[in-house]
Amino acid sequence: MAVDQPTPAMAGADQSRIHDIGYRGYDGPRLGRAYARRSLYSQSLRGAYGLGRSVKSKVLPMLLFAVMCVPAAIMVAVAVATKAHELPVSYTRYAIIMQAVISLYVASQAPQAVSRDLRFKTVPLYFSRPIETADYVRAKFAALASALFVLTAAPLLVMYAGALLSKMGFAHQTKEFAQGLVSVALLSLLFAGIGLVIAAFTPRRGFGIAAVIAVLTISYGAVSTLQAIAYTQDSTGAIPWIGLFSPITLIDGVQSAFLGGSSAFPGGVGPSHGEGAVYVLIVLGLIAACYGLLNRRYQKVGL
Amino acid sequence: MYDPTVARLTYRALLGRRRALILGALPLLLIVISVAVRALTGADDQTASDVLGGFALATMVPIIGVIAGTGAIGPEIDDGSVVYLLSKPLKRPTIIFTKLIVAIAVTMVFSAVPTLIAGLILNGNGQQIAVAYTVAALVSSIAYSALFLLLGTVSRHAVVFGLVYALVWEALFGSLVPGARTLSVQQWSLAVAHKMAGGDLVTSEVGLPTATVLLVAVTVLATWYAGQKLRSLTLAGEE
Repeated sequence: MAVDQPTPAMAGADQSRIHDIGYRGYDGPRLGRAYARRSLYSQSLRGAYGLGRSVKSKVLPMLLFAVMCVPAAIMVAVAVATKAHELPVSYTRYAIIMQAVISLYVASQAPQAVSRDLRFKTVPLYFSRPIETADYVRAKFAALASALFVLTAAPLLVMYAGALLSKMGFAHQTKEFAQGLVSVALLSLLFAGIGLVIAAFTPRRGFGIAAVIAVLTISYGAVSTLQAIAYTQDSTGAIPWIGLFSPITLIDGVQSAFLGGSSAFPGGVGPSHGEGAVYVLIVLGLIAACYGLLNRRYQKVGL
Repeated sequence: MYDPTVARLTYRALLGRRRALILGALPLLLIVISVAVRALTGADDQTASDVLGGFALATMVPIIGVIAGTGAIGPEIDDGSVVYLLSKPLKRPTIIFTKLIVAIAVTMVFSAVPTLIAGLILNGNGQQIAVAYTVAALVSSIAYSALFLLLGTVSRHAVVFGLVYALVWEALFGSLVPGARTLSVQQWSLAVAHKMAGGDLVTSEVGLPTATVLLVAVTVLATWYAGQKLRSLTLAGEE
């Protein structure tokens, strides 16, 4: 034994060598940045409805989705049964009525999408892959906006199908349906942006939820209170300008100015075309600002 | 029953770093709105009652209650650091009781004080409106804190359920289904406010005796059950 054991002095250059223990290099196809971004997008979109996650995390999004669609189905059933010529609620109005559900969905899923990556410090792992900051932000933004679009467009689809089945006039219904889709697309982008920006600043999930819901409902509560007071004071000119300060009234203003919707503002005083242009500019500006803020946030975060 | 160290830790968890700023933003908004309303309309009892009832009591108090109530224990259970607290020789009900006191104090400071200031700005406490709504905010702070603290110990999604109760049940169902109003912390506290203000400006769906009994029952039961729940807490992993 002692004879075979080489002394450190004897273990010279001739004896040391690197053993090949079977690690192999990867020479398959590299899928690249676009593929990584697409995967992140589809994973986040599935995650927003709890698909591919535990049963517990499917409950809330699916429940909210059902709550969103059931009233539409009931309305269609009533309209078909009574042979009405018009749906009881217009396509553009539906999202405004169901805003509490939409806000809850954003509040529960936006932190789900980004806060956990921050808290468990997985963000640096993403950026060690070929994707860039902008890819991560774009994938998450697009995923949440798509999830919201699914949530808000599904009931419209139910209503549209019901309207066509009860022969309500194809051209008219299609036009209104298209207007409704444009409005919920804007709403999805705006809400997703606001939700993600707030969530990206809070690693704690619970706190993110409360902050998102606070921003969405408190601003709406404040704006509608002020509008009601302006209405009772007969200063109706001020109502559209007050509406600029909360996300849901912004969408309401855009669609009542350009997309043929009737305004939910007190007294039905919607913005004129000129004011509507301001609404559109502010909505687009807010979406762009959210995207910019997210990019700035992820330049530094977790690195 | 009250442990100063636990209280200090909870205060720091609730108000530390930038969280106090977010909690402070809501009351600030209420005061800004009342200044704007006063400037627009002048002192008017009906308007003051609308703003305080519609915005302060219906929206602001529940949201601050959710943040303070679930925030007092939820994050600790969420990230598992509650085991260090539970492994100390303290009774679990003592921990809950201390956290409840802290949550109540935070909710009261951030909701009742601004309500009083807003009421004074809006109509200078005409017809006792400011005081009535302040008392309602104080009373509902206690019940909300107990309720949401219980939710924080029961569920990982406490914030969502708390908000569903506060916004969907009280605001939406309450306005559609009259029966739902009987089971609402907001209405119970309004009953107390109605007693304070006397006039017809502050009204409630529930009588004062019922409201008081229900408020006390909910607070006591929620605190007791939260203590029981914490005794047999199992820490789940991240989903």
